[in-house]
Amino acid sequence: MVITSLEEKKPNKSKIIARNFDLFYGDFQALKDINVTMPQNSITAIIGPSGCGKSTFLRSINRMNELIPSVKTSGEILMDGEDIYTQDVVELRKTVGMVFQRPNPFPKSIFDNVAYGPRAHGLKNKNILEELVEKSLTDAALWDEVKDDLHKSGLALSGGQQQRLCIARALAVEPQVILMDEPASALDPIATLKIEELIQNLKKEYTIVIVTHNMQQAARASDYTMVFNMYPDRSGYIVEYGETSQIFTNPREKTTEDYISGRFG
Amino acid sequence: MNTSLTNEKRFALRKKQPTPKQNLKRRKLSQKIAFGFFWLMGLIAIAVLFWIVGYVLAKGASSINLEFLTTRPAGGFDGEGGISTTIVTTIYLVLFTIVIAAPLGVGAGIYFVEYANEAQNHNKFVRWLIKTARTGVEILAGVPSIIFGLFGFAVFVSYMKLGFSLLSAGLSGACMVLPVIIRTTEEALLAVPDSYRQASLGLGATKWQTVTGVILPTALPGIVTGIVLSVGRIISETAVFWVTLGGSYRLPQNLMSSGRTLALHVYMLATETRAFDKALGTSAILIIIIILLNLAINITSRRFQKRLSGK
Amino acid sequence: MPRETLDTKLSQIKDEIYLLGSMVEQSVLDSVDTLRTRDMKEAKRVYDEDNIINEKRYALENAIIILLATQQPFARDLRLLSAMLLVVNELERMADYAKGIAKINFKIGDSNIAIPVRDFQKMAEQGVSMLHRGLSAFIEQNPNQAAAIPQEDTIVDDLYNKIYRATIEQAIANPEIIDQANNILWIAHNLERFADRVTNICERTIFITTGELMEMGSSDDENGIEFE
Repeated sequence: MVITSLEEKKPNKSKIIARNFDLFYGDFQALKDINVTMPQNSITAIIGPSGCGKSTFLRSINRMNELIPSVKTSGEILMDGEDIYTQDVVELRKTVGMVFQRPNPFPKSIFDNVAYGPRAHGLKNKNILEELVEKSLTDAALWDEVKDDLHKSGLALSGGQQQRLCIARALAVEPQVILMDEPASALDPIATLKIEELIQNLKKEYTIVIVTHNMQQAARASDYTMVFNMYPDRSGYIVEYGETSQIFTNPREKTTEDYISGRFG
Repeated sequence: MNTSLTNEKRFALRKKQPTPKQNLKRRKLSQKIAFGFFWLMGLIAIAVLFWIVGYVLAKGASSINLEFLTTRPAGGFDGEGGISTTIVTTIYLVLFTIVIAAPLGVGAGIYFVEYANEAQNHNKFVRWLIKTARTGVEILAGVPSIIFGLFGFAVFVSYMKLGFSLLSAGLSGACMVLPVIIRTTEEALLAVPDSYRQASLGLGATKWQTVTGVILPTALPGIVTGIVLSVGRIISETAVFWVTLGGSYRLPQNLMSSGRTLALHVYMLATETRAFDKALGTSAILIIIIILLNLAINITSRRFQKRLSGK
Repeated sequence: MPRETLDTKLSQIKDEIYLLGSMVEQSVLDSVDTLRTRDMKEAKRVYDEDNIINEKRYALENAIIILLATQQPFARDLRLLSAMLLVVNELERMADYAKGIAKINFKIGDSNIAIPVRDFQKMAEQGVSMLHRGLSAFIEQNPNQAAAIPQEDTIVDDLYNKIYRATIEQAIANPEIIDQANNILWIAHNLERFADRVTNICERTIFITTGELMEMGSSDDENGIEFE
């Protein structure tokens, strides 16, 4: 058919698989029976109403949730077929980078921000570090803007630049997966579009999962979309998961339809 | 909204209300009165402060000269001599106290903020211990200093037989400033955005790397502020050292020596001699030191703010 | 409902599309009626009033594009608005057939060819009836109603074939009228195409409700030449 040739060729190797994944905060079940497969070198957007567990699920992929002491999980999340909950957590987080909602560069120089991760993993050689910093900043589309100011504080940059610095910082540890928790929600529209374009380029090397409240952003920037909702007991579940083109033009589920057309609740 | 009102009634009621424009004069007037009142209060407070500092500096200035600073007190009813040894004793005591209190206080602060949360996974006893320690710090911070003095006298001076000495005084002083250091450290650490911790951990750094690599450098100016505050506290303290340091105006030879700090000297000059002018002179020196310390705090905390904003 | 603005605008556009539809219906019925009365003034009016329909179509298209840009609809709303863009286009083209018929009416002029007015009226009425129900089904997003309509196209096709054969036979018997016969065939063709386009509207109705794009009915001559 003519229509299919217009579509991008989709990768088919699966990178992250969640199987019957549940998550509890104490007695409260925040995620219920999550089953999903995210392909390698793709961008998966997670959308859904507030408080339905989008971020919780995202933070389950690099076990950031464990910072909250009462968290318990069951089921499994596999990365390249290996259960991440049996891996060493520090090792896992080297493989799964994260970018946060608000740009959060450390109060250090731009160089030290990017070099922080590699240094933490024991890289000391100055030449290799410099190379890595340049590559990461280039990949994060920031190099040209900061190459003469590497010693300047990362906090002196604009919001959009700060967020790209944070992306560069995450890239510097050479992860395979990058998780983004509403990475553009604190940025202006132009900076937002820059980040979205950047994400498109990054998917060639990385698998990206992005939580967003902005449905237009999910539609613009992702290949696959995961729609979360919550049961009356407030525990989150996946309503629908599919190619973004399908979710936003012809969702299968009524809940998805209501949510993305803005007629939810 | 009261829906039982008819439109006419509502209209009549509305008419009786002053319009915002009629109100404006009265609202502006009350604003002016309030503003004037607070301005006056602020002025009085500053005036009193300047009066005290000015009085001490002015009266004390006459007795301050190089000789006063460099000769040792000679004792006696007339308060002969200068204050050289008391300055040195003060420095000794400050250094010794801080060397004991700072690592303890900063360490405890780091534990409470960065590690104690993980204790939720521990058993009930550990959780109870942490809770008790927290409450303890809160209470100690509010305890009058003479209580620390009595404790130091009972435990260090008498029970441990350390006598009136720099050691007893330093340990007692450390007990006194410990809550201050713990609390300022906690505050400095809590002021470090949580997102720094998450970012560092998210990059695969360990907890310890996160603490040393990001959190402490960011919080350092705040922690230093707490320590400088404690220095001020030790310099100006009399009650604790009155009952632990003794009162010898000789230069301390070792940790077991008795001694006399500047503040203690002021107290003794004022109560035991007729040299009130020398007491004021010593006070003036004390005040100048405290002012310099506060300037130092201001500078560090400003640098702290700068660091967080990246300007 | 959090999307009151969008919903209000959508229902306004729906009303306007209804209005455009009834204008199209009226103009095709009128154009066929002028074939009966041979009232050239009336035919001129039908011909001229196509402009109003064109303007209305552009106004609607503009409103839909503005709504797409400002409300950024997704899913069903997106399908509905994109289908509306197509439907107003279809309606405008259908009005062009009426305009074409009026034009042919001038061309026939006072020649004495027998115009199969009765069959033309039947074709027009059938086409208009299909359009009327097809547009209702579209606006009400009723896929069942929409699915049934394209089948009725055979009634129009049969009438077209009937007129075609009769006209060709006449032309063979009397070659002098071949030009006029050609005109008669064009009228039949326009009316046949008119009904075909209802099928497109019905396809869009199915698309809105199911998201599936599919070919309906038995439109055999999609590439037919149009006389406008």
